[in-house]
Amino acid sequence: MIEMHDVAKTYPDGTTALSGINVVIDRNEFVYIVGPSGAGKSTFMKLIYREEVPTKGQLFVNGFNIGKLKQRKIPFIRRNIGVIFQDFRLLPKLSAYENVAFAMEVIEAPKKVIRRRTMEALELVGLKHKASSLPAQLSGGEQQRVAIARAIVNNPAVIVADEPTGNLDPETSWGIMKLLEEINFRGTTIVMATHNKDIVNTLRKRVIAIERGTIVRDEPKGEYGYDS
Amino acid sequence: MTVRTYVRHLREGVKNVFRNGWMSFASMGSIVVSLFILGVFMLLALNVNKLADQIESQVEIRVYMDLNADKAKIEEVNRKIGRIPEVKKVTFVSKEEGLERLRQSLDDDARSALDGYENEHNPLPDGFDVEVFDPQKVAYVAKQIKAFNETDPDKPIYGVYYGQGTVEKLFRITNAVRNIGLVIVAGLAVMAMFLISTTIKMTILARRREIAIMKLVGATNSFIRWPFFVEGVLIGLGGSAITTAILLYGYSQLLKTTQYDLGLMMIQLSSVDEVSGFIAATLLSLGALLGIWGSTVSVRKYLKV
Repeated sequence: MIEMHDVAKTYPDGTTALSGINVVIDRNEFVYIVGPSGAGKSTFMKLIYREEVPTKGQLFVNGFNIGKLKQRKIPFIRRNIGVIFQDFRLLPKLSAYENVAFAMEVIEAPKKVIRRRTMEALELVGLKHKASSLPAQLSGGEQQRVAIARAIVNNPAVIVADEPTGNLDPETSWGIMKLLEEINFRGTTIVMATHNKDIVNTLRKRVIAIERGTIVRDEPKGEYGYDS
Repeated sequence: MTVRTYVRHLREGVKNVFRNGWMSFASMGSIVVSLFILGVFMLLALNVNKLADQIESQVEIRVYMDLNADKAKIEEVNRKIGRIPEVKKVTFVSKEEGLERLRQSLDDDARSALDGYENEHNPLPDGFDVEVFDPQKVAYVAKQIKAFNETDPDKPIYGVYYGQGTVEKLFRITNAVRNIGLVIVAGLAVMAMFLISTTIKMTILARRREIAIMKLVGATNSFIRWPFFVEGVLIGLGGSAITTAILLYGYSQLLKTTQYDLGLMMIQLSSVDEVSGFIAATLLSLGALLGIWGSTVSVRKYLKV
């Protein structure tokens, strides 16, 4: 599903965020990316959804060579990758329903299909009754659920979640994790960067630790391994 | 792209105008303010132009025949003048009419001085009033009429007058006034563009995040651009429609309140009907163009993510 061969990323200002990254993430895996702040976790995630391009090495997502992708092809590979952020990134002027439906309008799906799938996604995240609420009228956990519904509505092969629980209280965080596990159970690969020790140590999954731009640890059902 | 998608873009563009209520209002406001100033100067320029036209149209050529010229000769000159393409109208002015005109132009006391010059004692020559299509061509036409003498051994023309010297000065002034008006209007159009672009940049800046999110869920650039384009057109058209309405209403009120005073001064302003077509067409197309230009330029900047 995701393959990185000797991938490196150096930003234009000269800072090297990642180097010598070799990793293979299979279909249907659930992977935590852990490590101190500024270690390169976010860059690792950005490479997957092609916000950044590797400066060296080869990176395949879903069979596409991401580094060699033409500019106008980018939107099409993104449709197969759901992205979730710490700060939700919902369109503030659109209702929960419209935010989720937007991801399907983009692929020019028929209206009927949009309606059905959007409602299904909202139902899965438990927010069918708040479909017409604006993001500002929703709690943080609810906004993140809308973001998750948006990420899954197109049935992507991969979900990239960059600290999805970073802004949420522990209880809400567990709700979000249950949801992600459910989505993973239905067949979607999930790559999640996190600082949440409790979650990593309780809900045991593969753990990849990144420090100073390189992978220092990669173990199945691993532990968080840092103090905080 | 399917028809359904175009309809969607159209709908989203319209919705966006209302969703971004205050920002739309601000952009429309800046369009109204700058186009209004532009429009006022356009009206001013139109009227100055009309005034210049009025003054210029009073310029005509007066041709005096030689006293010895007979009827046949006069007829011939009349026809020859009429054949010059720039000439609009030739009016024969007999010596009797000439005397009557002279009498009219004098005041009561001086008029008696003309007594005794009637009929066979009339010292004035026959002549023509010549009107020209383009007043700026009077000097050229006058020269052509004068040239009749060169081909005719009888030298039937005594003189050609059109206010030599004065007319040239008048045209210099009216042309200068026209050019200054044009420069001011052009300058204001540039200023309007600058003002509007700043506002639009601000509104787009506020929506940079929105564009980034659209890209993230896999929207193509054209998919993102279209609703902004529609929005730009709507705001531009809306703003310029409001401006046109205010401007034309204000102008009609101005005409109403000033027509008596200006009428006394023999000044006639352009009527609302005369200017409305030009003003509306210019402002509306300018508004739409500004809206389109603003939205495309600014969106393009944030599409490179």
